[in-house]
Amino acid sequence: MRIRPRRWLLCVLALMIADAAHAQGTAPDTMAARVQGCSTCHGKSGEGTPDQYFPRIAGKPAGYLFNQLRNFRDGQRSYPPMNYLLAYLHDDYLDEMAGFFAAQRIPFHAPEPGKLPPAQLQAGEQLVTRGDPARGIPPCEACHGPQLTGIEPGIPGLIGLHSRYISAQLEAWRAGTRRANAPDCMRDIAVRLTEAQITQVAAWLASRPAPAVPVPAAKGSWKTPLVCGSQPQ
Amino acid sequence: MRVFLASLLTILCLALLAMHIEPLRAQGAVFLGPQRPLDTTIKRGEYLARVGDCVACHTKHGGQQFAGGLPIPTPFGTLYSSNITPDPDYGIGNWSADDFYQMLHTGKSRDGTLLYPAMPFPAYTKITRVDSDAIFAYLGSLKPIHESNRENELRFPYSNRSLLIGWRLLYFRQGQFKPDPAHDAEWNRGAYLVEGLGHCATCHTAINALGGSSEDKAFAGGLIPMQNWYAPSLTLNREAGLGEWSLKDISDLLRAGASMRGAVYGPMAAVVHNSLQYLTDADIRAMAVYLKTLPEKNEAPPTAAESGAYQISARALAHGSALYTAQCASCHEGNGRGMPPAYPPLAQNPSIQMESAVNPIRMVLNGGYPPQTAGNPRPYGMPPFAQVMSDQDIADVVSYIRVSWGNHGKPVTVEEVNTLRVAPLLDSSCSMGVARGQRFPMRKPAVA
Repeated sequence: MRIRPRRWLLCVLALMIADAAHAQGTAPDTMAARVQGCSTCHGKSGEGTPDQYFPRIAGKPAGYLFNQLRNFRDGQRSYPPMNYLLAYLHDDYLDEMAGFFAAQRIPFHAPEPGKLPPAQLQAGEQLVTRGDPARGIPPCEACHGPQLTGIEPGIPGLIGLHSRYISAQLEAWRAGTRRANAPDCMRDIAVRLTEAQITQVAAWLASRPAPAVPVPAAKGSWKTPLVCGSQPQ
Repeated sequence: MRVFLASLLTILCLALLAMHIEPLRAQGAVFLGPQRPLDTTIKRGEYLARVGDCVACHTKHGGQQFAGGLPIPTPFGTLYSSNITPDPDYGIGNWSADDFYQMLHTGKSRDGTLLYPAMPFPAYTKITRVDSDAIFAYLGSLKPIHESNRENELRFPYSNRSLLIGWRLLYFRQGQFKPDPAHDAEWNRGAYLVEGLGHCATCHTAINALGGSSEDKAFAGGLIPMQNWYAPSLTLNREAGLGEWSLKDISDLLRAGASMRGAVYGPMAAVVHNSLQYLTDADIRAMAVYLKTLPEKNEAPPTAAESGAYQISARALAHGSALYTAQCASCHEGNGRGMPPAYPPLAQNPSIQMESAVNPIRMVLNGGYPPQTAGNPRPYGMPPFAQVMSDQDIADVVSYIRVSWGNHGKPVTVEEVNTLRVAPLLDSSCSMGVARGQRFPMRKPAVA
């Protein structure tokens, strides 16, 4: 009996074509594909979006990002869309997500033009670099670093954020809708700031260009003046 | 040699003793302690409490497990779940196994108080005595939490429990699970789990203005009040009726939370996370076997949707299609087939085409991550679009999805989207049961 290879070939081809018509793609087995749930607000790789209320998360310290994810899930930080998304994810996976965004090195957006009068921007700069000793407010730089890049593992950089986001966070600390592990240093500082100081410091920070080395400093690069629950000593 | 023989004899004696003690323990023999339940009974009770998802309602956010206090918003006011730890003052520490079974079986508390049907006793009445005893033994083995129960805050006249007498006459059938001899043991096990302990009908049956569910509508789907999610019909193949699904897909959806056909979000994500993911292979399969046979029971005639009569305007089609290409196609693909199980298919997906468009609208508004489970340890997430799309955008893109690739869903309106934009984002599956009135400020589901 003679085998007719061409008929077999046709059969196989037809099957392959039929299969392709019904085939469904497979999602990439990557974290980038898994965190697309974050993309509309934070950008595809956490680089941020033009929306004033959502922060850039790319390149922030992993420990800081993990704390935020966990606090959103557990309700210490209240923002219903985030609380909802993370409700049924566990620490190991949140840690992996945090690590993914912390490792992203994406160029910064152009800074916001300083919208306040120069005197007010100067007052903002003053708070960042010298604080307000009369009100017991330390300079932002003392913890967030001379370049405001933040420091591993738990203190975030302050550059590349929208002014509205920064002021909304300070307000959230005052209102108790954003809480960190005790001692909650940022709450203690936020409640001492006046409304005007919040506006000034947010506007000045948002107007700063990206630092030369836009990554968080290594753990222990400087000694922070406060003992904070979010930054293990 | 003598030493060896003595040891052998001792071992033999011990083994014989153990063989005799085990059955005695099972009979509750007193010499090992006063009726202390076996560890295996407690273990079984823990498993059954998982199946019954007791924790979903009886634990408040950040509170002690089973200490109650979770606010359960209902259209009639707020109920607070009770402490079911073995605390003698505030929990069930002074209850007997009889009291506990009577409560599950009759919907009356130990002192005769009629329970509000947020406690799913219309389903729990079917729980067997043996299972009830095991759950009771498990709860009794927990650490007592001395936490008082909070008074319910129900509006008049719902605050009057005697109204429940009428409600019970209309909607409560006390009874036991009766195996159907026409089906095998596996099907009957599934039926027991779905109708009894699992209390699936609490959400998946439309409930009327009085918060009752009628038996002939069992598993026919309904809007979950206060949460504004639609619990699809389990009896209609064009909704979540599982008649056409493989047992594997049903099992994957129930236990892993994601399957080749779709994933769970909203209140069902909570059910999978807190309960279904812990079920054994055999029990999940039994549920799947039973669920797969439900559609035969109650298939309604096809609706206008199924005849494909729905069309959308050229403007909506163009706008919806452009938005889909820009925002959705990278995961769900241009042909709507998705990349399951990570990115669910939209084409021919019944939950996209249901009469009620609540779920697809909410998915676009709020996005979601399926629960993290052993079967889906690193879930893929869908982003929320409420922040970046207008009501018109969402109405157009959801309408486009509902009429494309052979889908036969009814287009949605801007008003529908607008109503759901302010829906609460509760991350709990507990606000069911009584909370199902359609005369309250929420859209009446088209299917019911």
